[in-house]
Amino acid sequence: MIRKHILVALVQDRPGVLNRIASTLRRRNFNIESIAVGHIEQPLLSRMTIVVEGDDASVEQVRKQLDKIIEVIRIADITGESPVAREMAMIKVRATPSTRSEIIQIVDIFRANIVDVSPDSLILVVTGTQEKVDTLIELLRGFGIREMSRTGTIALPRGGAGPLTIEENKPLRHVVEQAAPEEEILPDW
Amino acid sequence: MIKTGAEILCECLIKEGVEVIFGFPGGVLLPLYDTLPHYPQLRHILVRHEQGAAHAADAYARVTGKVGVCLATSGPGATNLVTGIANAYLDSVPLLSITGQVPTHFIGKDAFQEIDITGITVPITKYNQLVLNVDGLARAVHEAIYVAMTGRPGPVLLDIPRDVFQARTEYICADKIDLPGFKPKLFGHPSQIKKAAELIASAERPVIVAGHGVNIAQAHAELKELAENAQLPVVTTFLGIACFPESHVLSYGWLGMHGMGYANKAVHNADLLIAIGMRFDDRATGGVSTFAPQARIVHIDVDAAEIGKNLTVDVPIVGDVKNVLHALNKQLVKRDHIGWLSQLDDWRAQHPATEVRDHEGVLPQYIIRQIHEATKGDTIIVTGVGQAQMWAAQYFFYDKPNSFVSSGGLGTMGFELPGAIGAKVGCPHETVWCIAGDGGFQMTVQELATMVQEDLDINIAVFNNGWLGMVRQWQELIYNKRYFGTKLYNPDFVKIAEAYGMKGVRVSKKMDVRPAIHKAMDHKGPFLIEFVVEPEENVYPFVPPGKTIVEFLEMPSPLGSLKK
Repeated sequence: MIRKHILVALVQDRPGVLNRIASTLRRRNFNIESIAVGHIEQPLLSRMTIVVEGDDASVEQVRKQLDKIIEVIRIADITGESPVAREMAMIKVRATPSTRSEIIQIVDIFRANIVDVSPDSLILVVTGTQEKVDTLIELLRGFGIREMSRTGTIALPRGGAGPLTIEENKPLRHVVEQAAPEEEILPDW
Repeated sequence: MIKTGAEILCECLIKEGVEVIFGFPGGVLLPLYDTLPHYPQLRHILVRHEQGAAHAADAYARVTGKVGVCLATSGPGATNLVTGIANAYLDSVPLLSITGQVPTHFIGKDAFQEIDITGITVPITKYNQLVLNVDGLARAVHEAIYVAMTGRPGPVLLDIPRDVFQARTEYICADKIDLPGFKPKLFGHPSQIKKAAELIASAERPVIVAGHGVNIAQAHAELKELAENAQLPVVTTFLGIACFPESHVLSYGWLGMHGMGYANKAVHNADLLIAIGMRFDDRATGGVSTFAPQARIVHIDVDAAEIGKNLTVDVPIVGDVKNVLHALNKQLVKRDHIGWLSQLDDWRAQHPATEVRDHEGVLPQYIIRQIHEATKGDTIIVTGVGQAQMWAAQYFFYDKPNSFVSSGGLGTMGFELPGAIGAKVGCPHETVWCIAGDGGFQMTVQELATMVQEDLDINIAVFNNGWLGMVRQWQELIYNKRYFGTKLYNPDFVKIAEAYGMKGVRVSKKMDVRPAIHKAMDHKGPFLIEFVVEPEENVYPFVPPGKTIVEFLEMPSPLGSLKK
């Protein structure tokens, strides 16, 4: 089944990491719907949220390829964990005195904010799921959208520790794997 | 101690056990070339084209199991490495490419001979880095070699600007590797190994498919133990050739497009495949949807991303092949498969793939067999890509690990000459035979000069059929003999050898084949034999692209009769 997948990755903050990620996705024939990058609470690390479309098996395949990139510390597909996913959009919409109040009503319904007003346009900021942002854009299209910018999705899994959680006071270290004791059952292969 | 970047690089390479660098100098490398003479432990071999440096280092790594190092200047020097790096990438070879870069203050200015080689090689390296600061150089070298050698090996590249070679800093030996994102899994999961052992115990028609990973992990003894204890027939992949002795009673050749018919039938009819260190390449599987339709598959590979990439498997085991086989062997129960093995023997009798037919003219297959007999199989065969490669793989019997060096994944014509250089430098006491087609030979012919300059005792067999043979074969069989762009007007190869200062002979009669082979081997130093062979000989068996591997075409005329 082809659907949207949300991959989240913890990466080392080094030059060229974004290039490597993008190159791997392109190489394996994936179209990146959105990619958002930013620092996290730990120094020298960034978190990426990548949205791609594909069937489960091929996304899992590309996830494993991405995991091989040396700078990628962890990467997980959190699609199945019903994560909280949001994006932000800034939209500059044409607003005449006759349409302005109607636009403001729509903005209120969508709990968006108007951050700039000029005689013939408004800039509004909306945060929400991708569907919500899409719907708002559709509604505003009739008034005339002059410019807009979207951040792409960022997401966190619900509940306690997620797949990328770093335990406090446990800095990331390169660990050379030792043979597992014969009886011990490890979490996965 | 205060040292320059160039000195630090040399110190680090020596510390990593590097003994040989295949290189070609250039403007930005001059500080390094000014330093190299002070480190006589590092033997520098001057190639004639950077592609040759990469291939030579690649073959050196394959035969020694050590990292191969090649060196090229910025710009065109670096881009000339690209084919060689890609070759190493697809065949999982630990290759360290060091490229010079323009000084840091010129980077991004499109300076003379500036090119973004780290950007260019992102998709074909396991890891690469532009080293902008001399303080990070030692660490970068150790990390790069560690990454190249650990887990699934692969090529790495360090791009070093000229001023970093010249800058001075305190040299602190960096022996701690800190790569939190590098996480190769080296030991298989015990419960998966247990499942594999159970499947092997209950299988009726099991087949081992052993690949390049066995050679890389040097798991030859473990593979032999597995096969013998559970009486499992062994089929190898093309790059798995020589990972299991072909004279062994359980050896059933190699599978795939030009593999042995009986190997393909064994895999197709198996109820269990134990795939070891291989990646289900399309040249091995043929049509993947009809590959081994009745088989459950145990897949052992060190690279998790190979599991389930081309087909779904039943028992995945991620780990170093040697470790996994070691653990698996402990859990095996002794079994025999007399009925299944005798079925395989019948197929082998029905589809002889390695018999040289009687023929007046010089058959390439005959030459390969004669080389096998003359060397008693004790030689390293290095091939190019195409028909000659396939005959070398089919008609020579490989019993010694790593005795077959060939470009598998990328299929790089021109690999043969520099590859032979790397093999000979890596194993100076071994005989080396370079099996070249007339097409591939001319792609890197300039490396003859390297052989002569280094006085490398390499035997070169050039199969001159006047065609780009493999493409001509496809045009004949698939494109209804519409030959185009495949006829070669060839130079006099013997004169070429002589012009480079080496000995050569031409052989166009069958009776002269064996004496020429001995002449080459008795000669100290490089020696070239041009074999004028049957021009339109085809490689069989042949599985047309996309077909199931049991739909192979065999040589049209019965054995023993003349083809033409």
